[in-house]
Amino acid sequence: MLLAKFKDEVEEILSRYPVKRSALLPLLNLAQREEGFVSEPAMRDIAKVLELTPPQVFETVTFYTMFNLKPIGKFHLQVCKSLMCALVRSDDVVTWISKKLNITPGHTTPDNNFTLSVVECLGSCGTGPMMQVNDDYYEQLTEEKVARVLEDLARDGVCSLKSGPYMYPIPLSQS
Amino acid sequence: MPQYEKILLKNMEQPGYTGSLADYEKSGGYQAFRKVLKDMQPDQVIEEVKKSSLRGRGGAGFPTGVKWGFIPKDHPGPKYLCCNADESEPGTFKDRQLMERDPHQMLEGMAITCFAIGAETAYVYIRGEFRLGAKILNKAVEEANAAGYLGKNVLGTDRTINIYIHAGAGAYICGEETALLESLEGKRGQPRFKPPFPATHGLYQKPTVVNNVETMANIPHIINRGGEWFAGIGSPPKSCGTRIFCLSGHVKRPGNYEVPMGITFREFIYDIGGGMSSDKPIKAFIPGGASAPFLTPEHLDVKMDFESVAMAGSMLGSGGVTVMEEGTSMVWAALRLMEFFYHESCGKCTPCREGSSWLTQILQRIWTKQGRQGDLDLLTELCKNIAGRTICAFGEAEVGPIQSTLHHFRHEYEDLIREADAMRPKSKEIPVFNH
Ligand SMILES: Cc1cc2nc3c(=O)[nH]c(=O)nc-3n(C[C@H](O)[C@H](O)[C@H](O)COP(=O)(O)O)c2cc1C
Ligand code: SF4
Ligand code: FES
Repeated sequence: MLLAKFKDEVEEILSRYPVKRSALLPLLNLAQREEGFVSEPAMRDIAKVLELTPPQVFETVTFYTMFNLKPIGKFHLQVCKSLMCALVRSDDVVTWISKKLNITPGHTTPDNNFTLSVVECLGSCGTGPMMQVNDDYYEQLTEEKVARVLEDLARDGVCSLKSGPYMYPIPLSQS
Repeated sequence: MPQYEKILLKNMEQPGYTGSLADYEKSGGYQAFRKVLKDMQPDQVIEEVKKSSLRGRGGAGFPTGVKWGFIPKDHPGPKYLCCNADESEPGTFKDRQLMERDPHQMLEGMAITCFAIGAETAYVYIRGEFRLGAKILNKAVEEANAAGYLGKNVLGTDRTINIYIHAGAGAYICGEETALLESLEGKRGQPRFKPPFPATHGLYQKPTVVNNVETMANIPHIINRGGEWFAGIGSPPKSCGTRIFCLSGHVKRPGNYEVPMGITFREFIYDIGGGMSSDKPIKAFIPGGASAPFLTPEHLDVKMDFESVAMAGSMLGSGGVTVMEEGTSMVWAALRLMEFFYHESCGKCTPCREGSSWLTQILQRIWTKQGRQGDLDLLTELCKNIAGRTICAFGEAEVGPIQSTLHHFRHEYEDLIREADAMRPKSKEIPVFNH
């Protein structure tokens, strides 16, 4: 059982809500964090803990775009394509990544390292074009910057170009 | 660049300010909460906020004090506060900065609000993608708990105030207040019919206040400096205080700027944002996030307050100003936004669910030069049949970009359709919809 492994964390999450079902999204997030996607056993597990039926869990999971129902690559590249980023050429970012990794949106590289997705606004429209890779934001992307992010991630698993805490424009006294 | 007194961004712009509890306390943090607990009654707090004329910063601009006043006082069971940190309106990114840079400011606002409405439990519903924001908020809550500002017996009184951070999982519609509540209850984030309103039947059917992050961040300042002080800033009597406007698009200096409401778009875009990023002139701008109808350069002297923008035919909404230069296709821009709305429609009501798909398909075929005569009438007709006929305000939002670009830039649509006509093959090929 997946959740048995996180007993304390599950207890703590449950304690925040007067109604068990409220813990559904946090538990799904936990499951996805552990496995990289939300598996069927995980959903059954969560249903049992929350005293829900598996369909109740499933119908909720499918509403939210952040839950992957299938395994994806180690790094999930999500490029924002909404208008504000598109104005500053986010479509080029998709092309750069596609070219470099030889995959189109919706696909994973053969080594299972990268999955490329094109997504809607991620709340950093003033620093576009941008992408989210797993938990991190990378903003004001250029072709060189994208290349470095991909190389660093493939080699080291981390990249120092990630941004945040967010502050833009940088105040004159600090720049 | 003109300088205005900052309220919400003041702390975080001090060199070395980290947003930790110690830093926040050093700059006067939690004094307002202490004052409220020591010297004020809940009603007085609500009165003070009413006096300030603060209006919600989430989009609809509802007077905050009035909203709090709707919470039934004699209700026996629990009441809740939910802070709306879903921030997914394209063009808006201010709450992110408020959370990541000065988390205690909004937490103090929430603690005061809990006191005012008699809630013991509050949730911050933060969009799932903001992992860093959630981490920073969780740490801030821990600090505040340890220091006695939150938790059981806050600051030695008999009150309990618990704040929990609840992360969503990627759905724009969960920013709509009743969808937020559904989502927080662990369900699909689909808006509820109103009435009843959250003030009486909110989270778990209990009286609930839903307020935006920026709204919450204003509260400590109103308590510290008084409602009258706040009501004197900006564009009184209806648009008081400062707002953090988010500037994006083809401008030199995009970003978040806190200015008093009532300056003009021209001042904002040119003096503060540095003007256009290239030497092309401005063609159009969106004054308040993706849901707000487009405006044109002739509206540059409109004041940035709720009424003036409404009079110009748009809305101040979430405060996201997006600027587009000459040469940007308005059909393309409307299509990009429509694709967003199509993707994000929750599917609960037919006009929005089906209509968003139709609108997207029609715009796609016009943009790819496969449009037909009659498409513009069809768009107009569809828009009319969506707005005002849906469960939530998403219906109005999704038709705004189309209606306004059709109004101001109809010739661009017509040109594309004319081109399509000229190119049309004789066979009766049916355009394929691929999304
Ligand atoms: C489709 C839709 C999306 C919304 N998204 C947000 C959002 O992301 N953040 C927010 O604060 N309010 C959002 N709102 C507004 C909320 O419904 C609600 O009015 C607001 O949170 C109330 O807080 P306020 O009074 O402090 O503004 C949205 C409304 C609609 C109709
Ligand atoms: S208007 Fe759209 S988003 Fe709102 S409830 Fe209806 S289908 Fe859902
Ligand atoms: S439009 Fe790309 S982050 Fe908002």
